[in-house]
Amino acid sequence: MLQVENLTVYYKTIRGYVQALEKATFTIADGEIMGLAGESGCGKTTLGHSLIHLRPPMNYIEGRVVLDGREVPVWDMEQMQEFRYRHISLIPQYAMNALNPTRKIGKMIAELLESRGVNFDEVLPELKRRLDLVQLSHDVLKMYPIELSGGMKQRTVMVVSTLLNPSLLIADEITSALDVSTQKAVCEMLVEFRDQGFVKSTIIITHDISILYQIADSILVMYAGQLSEKAPTETIFQDPRHPYTKMLIGSLPKVGVRHQEERLLGIPGSPPRLLNPPAGCRFRERCPVAFDRCVEVPPFLEISPGHSVACWRAY
Amino acid sequence: MGRYLRRKLLIYILTFFVAVTIDWMIPRFMPGDPVSLMIARIGTRPEAAEVLRGYFIKAFGLDVPLWQQYLNFWKALFQGDLGVSIWLYPQPVIRIIQRAIPYDLFLLLPAIFLSWFAGNQVGALAARARWLDNTILPLGYLLTATPYMWLAIVLAWSLGNVAGIFPIAGAYSFAIRPHLSLQFILNLLHHWFLPFMSLFLVMFGGWAIGMRNMIIYELESDYSRYLEALGIPQSLIRKYAFRNAMLPQITGLALQLGGIVAGAVATEVVFAYPGIGYIILNAVQNQDYFLLQGCFLFIIIGVLLANFLIDLVYIIVDPRTRLGMTGE
Repeated sequence: MLQVENLTVYYKTIRGYVQALEKATFTIADGEIMGLAGESGCGKTTLGHSLIHLRPPMNYIEGRVVLDGREVPVWDMEQMQEFRYRHISLIPQYAMNALNPTRKIGKMIAELLESRGVNFDEVLPELKRRLDLVQLSHDVLKMYPIELSGGMKQRTVMVVSTLLNPSLLIADEITSALDVSTQKAVCEMLVEFRDQGFVKSTIIITHDISILYQIADSILVMYAGQLSEKAPTETIFQDPRHPYTKMLIGSLPKVGVRHQEERLLGIPGSPPRLLNPPAGCRFRERCPVAFDRCVEVPPFLEISPGHSVACWRAY
Repeated sequence: MGRYLRRKLLIYILTFFVAVTIDWMIPRFMPGDPVSLMIARIGTRPEAAEVLRGYFIKAFGLDVPLWQQYLNFWKALFQGDLGVSIWLYPQPVIRIIQRAIPYDLFLLLPAIFLSWFAGNQVGALAARARWLDNTILPLGYLLTATPYMWLAIVLAWSLGNVAGIFPIAGAYSFAIRPHLSLQFILNLLHHWFLPFMSLFLVMFGGWAIGMRNMIIYELESDYSRYLEALGIPQSLIRKYAFRNAMLPQITGLALQLGGIVAGAVATEVVFAYPGIGYIILNAVQNQDYFLLQGCFLFIIIGVLLANFLIDLVYIIVDPRTRLGMTGE
């Protein structure tokens, strides 16, 4: 179980702080796959990475993270070492390039595990079992990354990242570079990993909300560094309460609608810059239902069990 | 694998042919001609000079048309005959080169390998901490930007002339005859030190900067960041980065080693060190076609050989080349 409270992370730049993540508060239950959605630059990756590798220019401002009842010192690079990989792990956005090009994959995994004090030979049978699970031949271990296709590398990284059964897995844009059928396979593997108990909670960071519809238990929508809405997947699609979520869902193509006749809806305008962002709700400028109250930051409140939203119109 | 090597070999043979042809052409396109220069040096009466000219032109095979000279040149080459030197007439070119090469190897092999090794280590170290970077980087730039002969002159002047610690000319004292004894070896090393240092320092700066930049690039690369996120200790990440950063450095080393036979012209001239570089200068000044040709021939062979060796080394150290050979 992951609890995040008021987590605020800024990027330090010469011109000041870029306020990329503002007071994020949410929980993920054991076995929950949470989708983290939003457009580019909304702070999804910042949130994901601050939970495992909060490196400069990211700056920890405030907030706390609790995983399975233990305080996670995200602000301390050294103390975090213990949590990384063993308790919190990452499938990075750049999974295609995440393997050292000059090491055989098996040897690299062995070196990684030994360096974390894990005996490779003990893990090897499990590693092979998991390779079978993601439909990779055991020969992969004797190959160099260059010998694998993009999808194979992706699956290899998935296996490597989850090998120590972390409590929390952060999967960052893992489907972006894949074709649709591979996307589906990769997503199903994430569900499988959860079902098999390799990972407890999963955060899937993506801008592709339709993928989340298929696999996520809940969806957290972010906008310009602020949390907009978190709810079970069905609720997000059937009964979204935040105007941004509504418009995001509304902008998805629907089955059976011919878009020659009915234009696909977009969201007019663009997100604010996060260096000196406007006070109050950051969606205000683009929001069709904004009113006076929106100059104050709306709190992220639970309006029904498991459904939280940050909008003055929704409470 | 076999196909890869065969293809490489073919390319090298072709390169050799073209390079040697150019090598044959260049001295002949220099203004002036060597025989006149030689006769002027002898300073004899005009009638005798005419006779001598006829004799020398025949002796050097310059009396036939150019295309025939070219063919004769290849014929002689395959018999291991590089001709007779004009500058040191009548010594065969091959003998002169043979005499000079040990000095080049003795001077350049340690300079290149030690500077490569030390530069890589120090460069990798510089990428480790900011204060090291702030001291090593400017020093590296300063060293690598220094012209060889300028540093050579500064060293010769400061440690040779002013301090009088090191001799500044020759490979050994003129008073001593080469023989195998501790005294001679010490004398040799004593003379070797300044030319060595002047080469070592400049090369060292270049290697250190190259390595430092490569390491930083590797440490910023995706695989390093992935490992960091997984909490892998810095020692292992650095090990990977170092190994991967070495690859371009190995290519650089190949290029340096290829030029080894060429000697270090400027350094050898400053210290009157009797390597190939020193000989090349004299061959140019004396319009010595054959000696110049011979020197360049050895340089060509050296460069090609070194490149070929590095091709082989690459097969071992970089799996990506190995795979490229079988595929496609």
